[in-house]
Amino acid sequence: MSIWNYANPTLFMSLSKRILPTTTVITLVLIITGTCWGFFLTPNDYQQGSSVKIIFLHVPAALIAINSWFVMLISSLIWLIRRHHISALVAKAAAPIGLTMTLVAIITGMIWGQQMWGTYWAWDPRLTSFLILLLFYIGYQTLWRAVENPDVAADLTSILCLVGTIFAILSRYAVNFWSQGLHQGASLSLDKEEHIHDSFSNPLYICMIGFVFLFITLLLVRTRTEVLKRQIDSIERRKGYFNA
Amino acid sequence: MISILKRDILLSIRSGSGFTLSLSFFFLIIILIPLAIGPENTKLQSITPGILWISALLSCLLSLDRMFQSDFEDGTLEAFLLAPVPLEGIVFAKAIAHWLTTGLAITLVAPIIGFLYGFDQSTSLWMFLALLVGTPSLSFIGAFGASITIGLKRGSLLLPVLIMPFFIPTLIFGSQTVWQASTGLQMINSFLFTAGVSAFVISLMPFAAALAINSALK
Repeated sequence: MSIWNYANPTLFMSLSKRILPTTTVITLVLIITGTCWGFFLTPNDYQQGSSVKIIFLHVPAALIAINSWFVMLISSLIWLIRRHHISALVAKAAAPIGLTMTLVAIITGMIWGQQMWGTYWAWDPRLTSFLILLLFYIGYQTLWRAVENPDVAADLTSILCLVGTIFAILSRYAVNFWSQGLHQGASLSLDKEEHIHDSFSNPLYICMIGFVFLFITLLLVRTRTEVLKRQIDSIERRKGYFNA
Repeated sequence: MISILKRDILLSIRSGSGFTLSLSFFFLIIILIPLAIGPENTKLQSITPGILWISALLSCLLSLDRMFQSDFEDGTLEAFLLAPVPLEGIVFAKAIAHWLTTGLAITLVAPIIGFLYGFDQSTSLWMFLALLVGTPSLSFIGAFGASITIGLKRGSLLLPVLIMPFFIPTLIFGSQTVWQASTGLQMINSFLFTAGVSAFVISLMPFAAALAINSALK
């Protein structure tokens, strides 16, 4: 059975209904473990004190903020190429989650920044590129809301997402050119030596995986809602047709 | 393609909407800024690169929503679909026409602005060159934005929200060029980046816009 079978709404609904409880439990366990471990069982940093512990929300939120756009990109591509409705709805469902996570990352970053840099906001490349990401999310969602025909809306938003991705990446590196930053470089890396002590990185990894599962759970719930909404719409339309 | 280009240029000049409107809008912003900021040249010169690009961007936005909208309303756009020229070519021609009537016009008056704000000749020259290579990307990104908002009820309001973030690379590189030129720094890198962004946008956007028009007309 190929993965494309789940593009069938009925199959998708039954599968997602089956796996939702599991992902919910995994999310709760991981996030509760990760944050409790992070907040209560790690030592204070010798320079930053306990304010460093906001990292357990800041980094996972930023991770999801970027990857949620990536999910939108892939499902937009699938929609444009294979025209599976579920895919378009996944893209639609991912946008508000990404927007929220971007806001969470920005706000936690501001609180942290106030402690460490003495300012809530600086026009630093990383901070600015998150602000730009926020603008892209807002534009994308506005377009979904503005188009009435759902298929045309899916088309247009997919194109916007594809082109937007290129420009988001371009802007990300253009702002590097424009200002030198306060924000440190990447602390976690898959292939390089890490700049973070084990006692912090372990709970951080748990939080990050927890946020990934949180994203999956929310995405499934939101996509299910969108599918149900689509079904209700078509039922209503048929009813109107018979009444007329 | 050439005939579409001619038609669009003539339309924008004769209907009195695009050409004169964006140019006078551009001039108005440029003239109002010193009135708001104060007349000292040093203060003005430090913010001019930004002002220059922001006003170029705004006056470009001003005429964008008409790019496809009027053709869509009277059915010309559907007739274009039947034309032997591919839709990408039509978008290209229309974007070029838009650039010739807004971007190029702004570029040509840029030396006057350099004079008004008290810049030396070489800065004015770089201002001119940066606008010359940078403004096409504004028109082509705009063509994409206009194509995506075709047939939407509040398209003209939606357009700036959708398209403003796309202007960021051009804005950064373009104003960096002017800023570096005005402070005597090495500006060639930013200038080449501005040109690069434009070349990239010109080659990409007609295809994206044609895709959007196709789904909007379906």
